[in-house]
Amino acid sequence: MQERLKELQQEAIQKIEQSSSLKELNDIRVAYLGKKGPITEVLRGMGKLSAEERPIMGALANEVREAIATILEAKQKDLEEAAVLEKLASESIDVTLPGRPVKVGNHHPLTRIIEEIEDLFIGMGYQVAEGPEVEQDYYNFEALNLPKGHPARDMQDSFYIKDEILLRTHTSPVQARTMEKNQGKGPIKIICPGKVYRRDNDDATHSHQFMQIEGLVVGENIRMSDLKGTLEVFAKKMFGEDREIRLRPSFFPFTEPSVEMDISCMICGGHGCNVCKKTGWIEILGAGMVHPNVLEMAGYDSKKYTGFAFGMGPERIAMLKYGVDDIRHFYTNDVRFIKQFAKHE
Amino acid sequence: MFVSYKWLQDYVDLSGVSADELAEKITKSGIEVEGVEVLNEGITGVVVGHVVERVQHPNADKLSKCQVDIGQGEPVQIICGAPNVAQGQKVAVATVGAVLPGNFKIKRAKLRGEESNGMICSLTELGMEAKIVPKEYSEGIFVFPQDAEVGTDALSLLNRDDEVLELGLTPNRADCLSMLGVAYEVAAILGREVKLPESDLQPVNEKATDYITVKVDANEDNPLYAAKVIKNVKIGPAPLWMQTRLMSAGIRPHNNVVDITNYILLEYGQPLHAFDYDRLGSKEILVRRAQDGEKFVTLDDAERTLTFDHLVITNGTEPVALAGVMGGANSEVSSDTTTVLLEAAYFTGGTVRKASKDHGLRSEASARFEKGVDPNRVRAAGERAAYLMAKYAGGEVLEGASEVDTLTVEPAVVSINLEKINSVIGTNLTVQDVEAIFERLQFAVNVEGNVITVTAPTRRGDIKIEEDLIEEVARLYGYDNIPKTLPIGSATPGKLSDYQEKRRIVRQYLEGAGLYQAVTYSLTSEEKAAQFALEKRDFIRLAMPMSEDRSILRLSIMPQLLEVLKYNSARQNDSLAVYETGAVFLANGNEVLPEEQEHLAGAITGLWHSHSWQGEKKAVDFYVLKGILEGLFAKLGLTDSVTYVQAKVDNMHPGRTAEIHLNGERIGFVGQVHPTMQKELDLKDTYVFELSLKAVLEAATASLRYEAIPRFPSITRDIALVVDKETVSGVLRDIIQTAGGKLLKEVIVFDLYEGERMEEGKKSIAYSLKYMDPERTLTDEEVTKVHTQVLEALKEKAGAVLRG
Repeated sequence: MQERLKELQQEAIQKIEQSSSLKELNDIRVAYLGKKGPITEVLRGMGKLSAEERPIMGALANEVREAIATILEAKQKDLEEAAVLEKLASESIDVTLPGRPVKVGNHHPLTRIIEEIEDLFIGMGYQVAEGPEVEQDYYNFEALNLPKGHPARDMQDSFYIKDEILLRTHTSPVQARTMEKNQGKGPIKIICPGKVYRRDNDDATHSHQFMQIEGLVVGENIRMSDLKGTLEVFAKKMFGEDREIRLRPSFFPFTEPSVEMDISCMICGGHGCNVCKKTGWIEILGAGMVHPNVLEMAGYDSKKYTGFAFGMGPERIAMLKYGVDDIRHFYTNDVRFIKQFAKHE
Repeated sequence: MFVSYKWLQDYVDLSGVSADELAEKITKSGIEVEGVEVLNEGITGVVVGHVVERVQHPNADKLSKCQVDIGQGEPVQIICGAPNVAQGQKVAVATVGAVLPGNFKIKRAKLRGEESNGMICSLTELGMEAKIVPKEYSEGIFVFPQDAEVGTDALSLLNRDDEVLELGLTPNRADCLSMLGVAYEVAAILGREVKLPESDLQPVNEKATDYITVKVDANEDNPLYAAKVIKNVKIGPAPLWMQTRLMSAGIRPHNNVVDITNYILLEYGQPLHAFDYDRLGSKEILVRRAQDGEKFVTLDDAERTLTFDHLVITNGTEPVALAGVMGGANSEVSSDTTTVLLEAAYFTGGTVRKASKDHGLRSEASARFEKGVDPNRVRAAGERAAYLMAKYAGGEVLEGASEVDTLTVEPAVVSINLEKINSVIGTNLTVQDVEAIFERLQFAVNVEGNVITVTAPTRRGDIKIEEDLIEEVARLYGYDNIPKTLPIGSATPGKLSDYQEKRRIVRQYLEGAGLYQAVTYSLTSEEKAAQFALEKRDFIRLAMPMSEDRSILRLSIMPQLLEVLKYNSARQNDSLAVYETGAVFLANGNEVLPEEQEHLAGAITGLWHSHSWQGEKKAVDFYVLKGILEGLFAKLGLTDSVTYVQAKVDNMHPGRTAEIHLNGERIGFVGQVHPTMQKELDLKDTYVFELSLKAVLEAATASLRYEAIPRFPSITRDIALVVDKETVSGVLRDIIQTAGGKLLKEVIVFDLYEGERMEEGKKSIAYSLKYMDPERTLTDEEVTKVHTQVLEALKEKAGAVLRG
């Protein structure tokens, strides 16, 4: 009997090791460990044994049963793992095929530039002021020290609707309106982005409609050196920390003194190239100290208050920054153009 | 203003300062030098030659065979095609080996069998613009005066060994529209002296007043008029140096008298006019306003119709010049002129601007009057011109001038405190520093303590107030030397307004949803202005549009956005989604500003989604766009305030368009573009919306409050309803929601069927209703009770029955 049990154990283990599927393994389990299996049968025959032999044989039978079960379980685990691996292998895909596209649009490049500038100045304590695109002659010209017949009105030939109403030629009227609203009190720190209009034929460098961003600071101790410092912060943040700035005297009716700001050319680093016309410098914006007439007209005491203002063109900045060669691209809205301004820079 | 570097040296010592260095210094201290042109750049080997013999080319009618002495022993043979070449002329010869503009190298050549050793040049061949070449040489070679020395550098004789600085002048610096003005500026920058030109006039013993009387009937427009008389002039070419200086400044030489007036215009900035005295027809000059409708033929032979706004110079009756703008054909100086009446006058800017603008006659003269000439230089300019006419036109200048002078000239006297200067610029200058700057500018300056009083010369009409002095100090001190600081003082909060912030959220949302931002023009055509307008208003039309296409301010964004789709579709981008935010302009009646309403418009066309290799393809439809809008309103917290109402909108599909209502107010529309219009624009099915962004962003949004996460399960009941085809889902949903009360948490449409298995005129809509109580678990009976109410309400109010 003892031998028979050993034999069964050998036999079962051999079958288990040879089995190659879970079904086969289950059949082996039923065949050897089931109620009708040979081990059970052997145990049934224990009645014939002596009282001394019986527990020994019982223990042996259980040993055999457990040995078979352990090996069977181990085999089952192996087979299960193999089955999973096989299933996974059959599920493999081509990871190089393209993904399902996610539809995402993006800002128009001018909005991108404007928001970048807005955020930069918001960080310096400025607010964003807006105003009407159809303006009164008063705010567009007169309140800015451009009385009727002033030669500088020629500099910006305008679209009039009625004698006293026109499409604004710059965003400066927003400054005049903001100062008027503040009723002679400071401080004011604003930037004013928006659309402006001038009588120009549309070509590669002119557009009858374009964007402008102006800034205005009015306070009790605002100096020209503050303007210079502010513009330098702007230039470095906008065009790179290694940019140098240069101020040149200029003329605008609403500022005195007036300046134009150049930055060292970002293409050639100031050595001279086609973009900077070999000068090493690129003109970026106009600025100056607010003309006392402008302050007085808006109700400010020009003895007590001073201020500075600056103005720039987002189209020009975008053209320089991104190398765009034709201003009309901004208004044609070719999606192949707009798409190029999606990525973070 | 073109400034010859060589000519400028007549007035200021420029030693040690090259033209480029000078340009840099001028730019840095206030006047932008837009370019420095080297006149003889790329030209070598051109000398003066003497045509010792000219014969007809044996084989060519239009060519001449010339023997030209170029100062190198034997004359050389040159074949010349110019019609005006003649024996005895002194000409410019590009010798063999010479280089002309455009890197044109002169080589020994054979022309129709005859050897040619060089080229006789015209002025344009030497790099000069055709418009400045004297008319007599415009069709041929240039001929030097006989005293030109053979073999010398022809370009030097033509003053081409010069550099010209192009000044970009702002309107306030009209003083630099003259060589003298530039000289003062340059002298101040370099700290050097100004040498004034000479006018050592020896008048003959006759008085100008015996020849002419002057009367001015418009003193306000013409406060000073001086007439000088020069007799026995001999009209001929001006000296070569004068002609070349005019050409360097961009002015074409004519004859000695006219050239002298132009030369003085450049030198003094004072326009002059020379009349042929004998052709005036009277001994009288009367300056007056023109009569409305008065006719006058100007020098360019054009007949002008004048108005009372225009100032004319007359001979007492007939106009002989349009003041400050152009002379008349009737009194023009010609080759027969012997007596010249020379006008030196002060005309006010406004008068001249009006006339030059009305007649489209912008000239060197009108530009200077418009910007204001120096009142103290009028007579001096006349005197110097008369002197030059005596010297270079053989004239005899009569004593004095016939004058009307009501001009009061008071130089501006401005005082400023040193502290003011330093506090505005941000510097620590001393009184001595400031004084030195004004002295360099040749402004009279007087210092008492810290107060600096400056008398500005009349040539600098732009100096009027303290700030003008501050500017002079700042620019000559050097903007480079000003320190860099940041404003100090009370802090201001930097922040976007609520509106601005929400506008950014709208843009980000729409872009996240797949739309590209467009920016289009506000000006449009009459046809497009009213299309898709939410409100009918009068057109706002430009008084003087540049074209019909850009003549009216838009009432909606949509037409331009559709143009964007059309443009892109035509370029193989027929699946596209775009949006724009921007103002539309609503007229409020005449003479008042329109209401500017910010709108948001979006348009989608073609395929919304496609993923080819997985076989996925989805064209845009109404619900794609509506979904985007619903997401937008959810983002803004307005979901419960917005409703969609089936509507008809012009140019939109009559069955696929809804008005968007916000709290019951119509604020926009969404739907499909009318198929007819889609076809016109060559677009695939296109869905669009436009709404008042202003209304949306100004609508109060609910504050954000946390709501407890439900702890109890919900119970869902699905129903399929049979209703009339016309019954819209929104109505059913409202009925369900009202009847469902508090316990009904969610209603979702999950099926719509209108097929043939339905009875005629009916459709089936299926809803999934989710019931829940946040406080406890609902029992089946409770749900059934409410659900029954819902079904009854549906039956009663919409005739909806459960589908069997």
